[in-house]
Amino acid sequence: MDLGIPLLLASADPATQDLSIFDPASPPAESIRSLSVLVFAITAFIFVVVEGILFYSLFRFRRRAAAGTAEPPQVYGSKPIEIAWTAAPALIVFVLVLVTARTLWEVNVPPPRPQAGDNTLFVTVVGHQWWWEYTYDHYDGQPLGFTTANELHVPAGEPGENGVKRPVYLTLRSADVCHSFWVPRLAGKTDLIPGRENKMWFQSDRPGVYLGQCAEYCGTQHAGMLLRVSVDPPAAFDAWRKNQAKEKPPPSPDDVNARAFFSETCVKCHRVRGTSANGTYAPDLTHLMSRDTLASGMIKNDPDTLRRWVADPQKIKPGCLMPAFGTGKQDGGDVTAYLLTLD
Amino acid sequence: MAIAEYESGLERRPWTAVLHEWVTTVDHKKIGTLYVLMAVIFLVIAGCEALLIRLQLLRPHNDFLGPDTFNQMFTMHGTTMVFFVGMPILIGIGNYLVPLMIGARDMAFPRLNALGFWVTLLGGLLVYFSFATGGAPAIGWFAYSPLTEHTFARSPATDFWALGLIVSGIGTLTAAVNFIATILGMRAPGMALRKVPFFVWTMLWTSVLILFAIPPLTAGLAMVLLDRNLGAHFFDVQNGGSALLWQHVFWFFGHPEVYILILPVFGMVSEIIPVFSRKVLFGYEFMAAATAAIAFISLGVWAHHMFAVGMSRTADLFFVVSTFLVSIPTGIKFFNWLATMYGGRISLASPMLFCIGFLAMFLIGGLTGIMLGAAPFDFQLTDSYFVIGHFHFVLIGGTLFGVFAGIHYWYPKVTGRMLSERLARWQFWLLLVGFLLTFGPMHISGMLGMPRRIYTYEADRGWVFWNQLTTIGAIVQMPSFAIFVYNIFASLWNGRPAGEDPWDAWTLEWATTSPPPGYNFEVIPTVHSRRPLWDQKHPDDPDWQYE
Repeated sequence: MDLGIPLLLASADPATQDLSIFDPASPPAESIRSLSVLVFAITAFIFVVVEGILFYSLFRFRRRAAAGTAEPPQVYGSKPIEIAWTAAPALIVFVLVLVTARTLWEVNVPPPRPQAGDNTLFVTVVGHQWWWEYTYDHYDGQPLGFTTANELHVPAGEPGENGVKRPVYLTLRSADVCHSFWVPRLAGKTDLIPGRENKMWFQSDRPGVYLGQCAEYCGTQHAGMLLRVSVDPPAAFDAWRKNQAKEKPPPSPDDVNARAFFSETCVKCHRVRGTSANGTYAPDLTHLMSRDTLASGMIKNDPDTLRRWVADPQKIKPGCLMPAFGTGKQDGGDVTAYLLTLD
Repeated sequence: MAIAEYESGLERRPWTAVLHEWVTTVDHKKIGTLYVLMAVIFLVIAGCEALLIRLQLLRPHNDFLGPDTFNQMFTMHGTTMVFFVGMPILIGIGNYLVPLMIGARDMAFPRLNALGFWVTLLGGLLVYFSFATGGAPAIGWFAYSPLTEHTFARSPATDFWALGLIVSGIGTLTAAVNFIATILGMRAPGMALRKVPFFVWTMLWTSVLILFAIPPLTAGLAMVLLDRNLGAHFFDVQNGGSALLWQHVFWFFGHPEVYILILPVFGMVSEIIPVFSRKVLFGYEFMAAATAAIAFISLGVWAHHMFAVGMSRTADLFFVVSTFLVSIPTGIKFFNWLATMYGGRISLASPMLFCIGFLAMFLIGGLTGIMLGAAPFDFQLTDSYFVIGHFHFVLIGGTLFGVFAGIHYWYPKVTGRMLSERLARWQFWLLLVGFLLTFGPMHISGMLGMPRRIYTYEADRGWVFWNQLTTIGAIVQMPSFAIFVYNIFASLWNGRPAGEDPWDAWTLEWATTSPPPGYNFEVIPTVHSRRPLWDQKHPDDPDWQYE
């Protein structure tokens, strides 16, 4: 059940993406949806009853001119009525607490330890102002140990009760201020709090790209800290992660474009694994061209936008922490051309 | 006669003498008026900040405001509305009415009262001074650490913000002390504590909450200033401080704060609904107990603002239970108001019209609050536009509609003139329609995944339509506020003379002239019940036989 009406109206937008909490694609989001429906039903019932009494009273007991100036009977109170309308809400509250507790225990499950054959992916997410760092720790019990940025890839499970499930457990940390990881169709949000490790999980049987964004105000470009989770069919995920684990060769001395990249200050912040570029302050660029987007989801990743981004990130993401490098050209070499080789 | 001659002579004084009197006054009625004037001015400013926000969000990737300006706007809008509009206007109305309602000549500490107002105003000016130092703070009104640390908030704006709030907090605390001392110590003969007008009872509990809530905020703000300026590391995570500590300290203040913003309104509405239904308030004792229960419980719900920070399930559940619990006494109040109306003779003059708006809208806000209390639901919707919708329903639907009801009800007493009913109706309907159009759609954009505090958004997420509705609603609200301000000022000259008791009401403030003389009552009355004027008007059937 999704919100048909708003999606219908919203479909006037081009190619509307679905981020509705009522269209879950993962067990925690599903549990929350069930709870939401129940809570909404209870509150809707209360609304209809109370608002109904309000409008009924307004109409039935409105002052009529013919009534004169006599005051109506003064009713000071009634203990039985007070007790009754204290007990009834208390009962509703009792039911709500039980239902909420059950969902809470279903949703906030502590992660297991990685084990061979568990089909489980463990990723450490580090929030930065204003991008996401993903370090893939373990999959199916095997240590992975590579780091990417901004687009999270996870394997899909198999549909049906007996299908193989491939849960994803995230460890959430922050390098600077508070952030929050919110991809509504996969799970509720969990904050990334500096000095603290939080855990969350999700599992999807439906391959696709799930969108979200940072949900805790974290400074100037909080709005530009978008989330993309790509749930891949298992074979595609395996291919992807094997590629991501590969290092890049150090640049040859004749490569003017690589030389441009390595002589600029890019390497102070960014890392290209296998080369001397070892910065950890900014996104890992080793397989930059394997991503769909740049600037944490704000723009498409194609040669023109990449060139524009390198030349002046402030025009696209004003306030972000990457300074403008002008044309990105140095001694006849082209930084962007080097980046385009990082597939 | 001599008094009347003296007072009419006052009207022929030079304006400098009038100004001097207002600036040096210790009269609770003038101080109350100053608080309300300050609040209305800041209301207009904060409203403009909101309008700028809504214009920026009219379209995806709009370039009306850059990110830094937008972030300053929502920070200042929230800070202003809570600290320089909401609390001052309620403290102002309380200041004016409480001594009159209990048959006193002034508050217990008149000079402290004046200090409180001027210090509150000074705090507001300090916070706004940040605009002159290179920009207002862009930290959000709840200012989560470590965003407020010097590393992340380089300009002095955050220092002005923290300092301004410490200063105005002192003002708020003095007001609370004054209310408690006045209500406990200066009631008219015969007015036991359980016989005070309901508004007085709610001001008492509001003041108790202020005493518990404001000092932790002040302490937290002091810690922020120490971190930023004197090398402390309370919230500086990179040096061993705790980001979560700020959140606990702030919300321990922040949640009782919203009850501070609503309890006086519950009181006002409990005065107005009976008068316009021509029936005594149903179940005064249970209402009074519910007020105390709300105050107590509200001190124990704060971490429902923190459900997503990763507390244990047990801790989350504790706050789920306390949050749901507070809805019980609040629900009771609702039923009592409805029971007061039931069987009455309801007149829909403007004070009552705003009360009906309050009932209808606050109910919705309360129900979305219950939804958010179910923690897993909150995991999805905290920090989303759903929450913005929720708290505006309780703050505008609740606090603002209630304040408008109170202003329309007591304006005749304060000025001696009636407000224009026609203008009030225009204000009400424009406000109601605009308000619903602004904040209703936010529940939907929240459920569709739109987080808070974003200066722009993507076009393909299905949020555009709801944002457009919201912005249109904000524009519809604008003339409503203009009409209100015009009505307030124009009626000073054009309003029908009100007389002592234009609404045929029952509490002591209606037993003196409109406006009251400086000394409030010629003779301090002796009372026997909660409705002294009802007893006078119905000597055959007085309240004290039934209380």
